Amino acid sequence: MEQVAHSPTFLGLVLIFVSAAFTDNILLTRFLGMCSCLGVSKKVDTSMGLGAAVIFVTACTAAINFLIYKYLLLPFGLDYLRLITFIIVIAAFTQLIEMIIDRSSPALYNALGIFLPLITVNCAILGISIFMISKPYGFIQTLVYGAGGGFGWFVAITIIGGIREKINEEALPRGLAGSPITLIIIGIMALAFIGFSGMVKI
Amino acid sequence: MAAPKTLFYDGFWKNNPIFVQVLGICSTLAVTNLLANTLFMCFGLVFSTAMSSLTISLLRNYIPDRIRMIVQVLIIATFVMMVDILIKATAPDIHRFIGPYVGLIITNCIIMGRAEAFAMQNPPGASFVDGIAMGLGYSMVLIFIAAIREPLGFGTLLGCKLPALHLWWHQWTIMVMAPGAFFMLGLLSWFARARLIPKGKG
Repeated sequence: MEQVAHSPTFLGLVLIFVSAAFTDNILLTRFLGMCSCLGVSKKVDTSMGLGAAVIFVTACTAAINFLIYKYLLLPFGLDYLRLITFIIVIAAFTQLIEMIIDRSSPALYNALGIFLPLITVNCAILGISIFMISKPYGFIQTLVYGAGGGFGWFVAITIIGGIREKINEEALPRGLAGSPITLIIIGIMALAFIGFSGMVKI
Repeated sequence: MAAPKTLFYDGFWKNNPIFVQVLGICSTLAVTNLLANTLFMCFGLVFSTAMSSLTISLLRNYIPDRIRMIVQVLIIATFVMMVDILIKATAPDIHRFIGPYVGLIITNCIIMGRAEAFAMQNPPGASFVDGIAMGLGYSMVLIFIAAIREPLGFGTLLGCKLPALHLWWHQWTIMVMAPGAFFMLGLLSWFARARLIPKGKG
């Protein structure tokens, strides 16, 4: 890990957030979280529910993984254990959150509950943690980067959910319904998001 | 129990993980801009799917039901870590680019899906065959997509220049960027679902 590139000023944090959410959108330019996106994005409500859960989990797990990586794995030369450590943290964290929400707020549990197990295998979460270690960020910046990445995913899946709701009302050619048409929509969205690139550099 | 040949056909074609089950999309899109990257990725995936299916199947009677997800993830992560280290040692240049995506094989839904749907109920031999078939079915689609994207985007195949480029070729940058991947996969799976894959599910 090199020295910290951005000093954690407010503007610097905003830049990290915007670039993680838009110019480097985790779904549209990094292709992560596609599986759950294709599976869940049939409706706007469910898309937003999963998106919200993802924002929360990416921010928290990126921060936890950052601390573990920097203060535990690197000093002891255990760099090669990073993948297994990250996935354990993510799995344990989602399990924990599931139990806490279950006890404290049944309403929220009913809304988010079914999404939490999906999050463990959502590659966007693990992806953020893996990309995070190659960036020269400090703790606060990592937290913001995680939240920004999650927010980008949230925005993308919500838009896709909205478009799919409309498309499902139309009759489509044989074989195109379902994932093929969704992929093509995502392709068009990705074209639009290329417009953001170059806006912010990190 | 089905014969190995039927198992293989099912995994490789009839239930093709990408076209029919729509699993493992993330890495399909991310690593298919260069054929060389794709080949390494496919090797990693076939190895980890087959080995983790085998291991999970061997342990299937000992894994407690409540924590099976985390046990599966741990087994998968172990094999993915081995692949990661192996690729890093043999092809450091390629690893620099596909490194994060190799790590993301852990959350590749194909492996989790097969572990959950097949290896937990079937004997080791069948699970191993199933893992290999699924892995190869996935590889076939990836290699096919890469073999289209690389020539169109870079004018090369496996890094070698194609013949008579100036006669027909015009750089189609979009093919190596994110939207090209989405369009390719969308069109390809449309075609496959409408024409090639035998009916069974719509």
